[in-house]
Amino acid sequence: MLQQLLFLSVLGLTLGIAYRGYRRVWQNIHLGKPEPFEGNRLERWRNTLLVAFGQQKMFKNWLPALFHLFIYVAFLITQVELIEILIDGITGKHRFFAPYLGGFYTFVINFIEILSVLALVATVVFLARRNLLKVPRFWKPEMRGWPFRDANYILIGEIVLIFGIFTMNSADGVLQTRGVDPYVPTGPLAISQWLGTTFLSTLDTPLLIGIERFGWWLHILTVFSFLCYLPYSKHLHILLAFPSTWYAPLRPKGQMTHMPEVQREVRILMGLEQPEANAPTELPVFGANDVFSLSRGHILQAYACTECGRCTAVCPANITGKKLSPRKIVMAVRDRAEEVGMNLASGKQHLQNYNDGKSLFDYISPEELHACTTCNACVEACPVLINPMEIILQMRRYEILTQGAGPSDWLPLFNALENNGAAWAMSEPRDAWRKN
Amino acid sequence: MQAEGQAPEILFWVGCAGSFDARAQKVTRALCEILHHAGVSFAILGQEERCTGDPARRAGNELLFQMLATMNIETLNLYGVRKIVTTCPHCFNTLKNEYPALGGHYEVIHHTQLLQELLSSGKLRIKEEGGLKNTRVTYHDSCYLGRANGVYEAPRALLEALEVELVEMKRSRKNGFCCGAGGAQMWKEDEPGDKRINVERVEEALENQPQIIAANCPFCITMLQDGLKAKDKSEDVLVYDLSEMILQSL
Repeated sequence: MLQQLLFLSVLGLTLGIAYRGYRRVWQNIHLGKPEPFEGNRLERWRNTLLVAFGQQKMFKNWLPALFHLFIYVAFLITQVELIEILIDGITGKHRFFAPYLGGFYTFVINFIEILSVLALVATVVFLARRNLLKVPRFWKPEMRGWPFRDANYILIGEIVLIFGIFTMNSADGVLQTRGVDPYVPTGPLAISQWLGTTFLSTLDTPLLIGIERFGWWLHILTVFSFLCYLPYSKHLHILLAFPSTWYAPLRPKGQMTHMPEVQREVRILMGLEQPEANAPTELPVFGANDVFSLSRGHILQAYACTECGRCTAVCPANITGKKLSPRKIVMAVRDRAEEVGMNLASGKQHLQNYNDGKSLFDYISPEELHACTTCNACVEACPVLINPMEIILQMRRYEILTQGAGPSDWLPLFNALENNGAAWAMSEPRDAWRKN
Repeated sequence: MQAEGQAPEILFWVGCAGSFDARAQKVTRALCEILHHAGVSFAILGQEERCTGDPARRAGNELLFQMLATMNIETLNLYGVRKIVTTCPHCFNTLKNEYPALGGHYEVIHHTQLLQELLSSGKLRIKEEGGLKNTRVTYHDSCYLGRANGVYEAPRALLEALEVELVEMKRSRKNGFCCGAGGAQMWKEDEPGDKRINVERVEEALENQPQIIAANCPFCITMLQDGLKAKDKSEDVLVYDLSEMILQSL
């Protein structure tokens, strides 16, 4: 009864904290502009199934993909067990499903145990890749400080979680053999039976019950902490990778977003269209300088990014030592959305006339934007269809169209295009090559 | 040519590089020769052609891009153009993917695709002797033909027809590595860094010890040649557009 009350209050607290966290993310995503929905749903479901559920793009590099798959499948299947834990916690029962499912229950728990071992191996490998092998993409400048710790916290959290599962199951197994109530038979369990007989079989029953309870609580408290921690962590990708993949634009990689607002200006300039009689004289903001001028899709993608750095690892600018890192661009969008969200939540600023004197340009320098060759390597590399290049191009548009800034090297290009219709200012006619 | 009242099979979009860059002009002439050889009737817009606007758009200058695009679309629609071939993957991408939103709908192909068609339909035949047979070649995927548009096979089919010894680079097809020119980089100095992108790419190509680096883009050709110069290898390794390799082997 005491445990039930404790469980209910911890559950309530968790849901409260989690609600605030996820609501904040939801609101921050909605700081962006709504995007016209294009393309057919079937193709979007196909993307979500193949890319998000099926992890298709991860398997370009099969070894990390395999380890990632272990953790991913363990995560999915553990949700089944979590349902039981919730029911047990609320009702005060123990292993609620066991009597109903019989042999199938044994199968499911065994499946979870084996996947947990695989996930444990993967977690240790991932920790080693980050901290011992120092895979370069995990050691780029944008990973210093919080992002680096965040990644390790999650991996350590996973180890704690798995430790909890096995502590709980192996003590449970020994208690079952002693016929202690309420430890109902689960059938033989592959890993924990061995753990139990090897390490726990000599212990007293009350101590074993204590150990079982400790494992159970450790498991569920780690899960609850995860749930609350996710909206503040890059690990939110385990949830948002799915909608982010679904909403990812379907247009060809080479096609930049259309700007109908510029089209109107151009047609008026060229005399193809008459300006509306009472059109507002103030020009709209072209391109993006802040989360407000990016699309909701961009911000959703920023929250779905798990900072793996595959984009940065293939970026030709980054590889040749330029400051540009596509991952940093995406992280900056998230950081800025967080900052704006904080200012709004604290009442310091209001959505209508938001002005904190800052913008995305305080996070991303023109030097980074100008180094992009628009080669699409980052886009191709992202396992969850995030497009860092589009953010770069939207910011370049702001720089040129709204600020009238940009690299001075581009001025002769623009002049030649405007005056000669060619990318270089040439005195000879365009078809002079025919004569030589 | 436009005044003759004939409807050519295809419009050859020459592009700025193909029109003005001395190296790319050779590619332009090579394709013209091949088309004549194959008996394909084609037209050019000549002085009525303008830049497609690709570098302006990628630099962020949407206004300039749309002005150029609108003028080009007016011209193309005036002549009732239906099918376009380009030697430049940037022109190809812009005409194919970005003009429809502004009212320009055409069937656009890259010259490597056209050449593949002409070979498979028998309008072009590679000669038995004296071509590039068994030459050691490495092929550089351009970003705008490759990743942006997924054209990986047509250029390779040409290399196969030429019976060259093709050695792929580590980073090829979807994982191809940029030459450094796209996104209007061609017109500006690099940002500070430790290396030029084209040098990185040429070093990778040189690992294969090719006699020829085959390319499909005028900007890649410039970049690769500059990279070879920087590595002091311009004498040993040649950079060719695929059309030039075909022309040598007819």
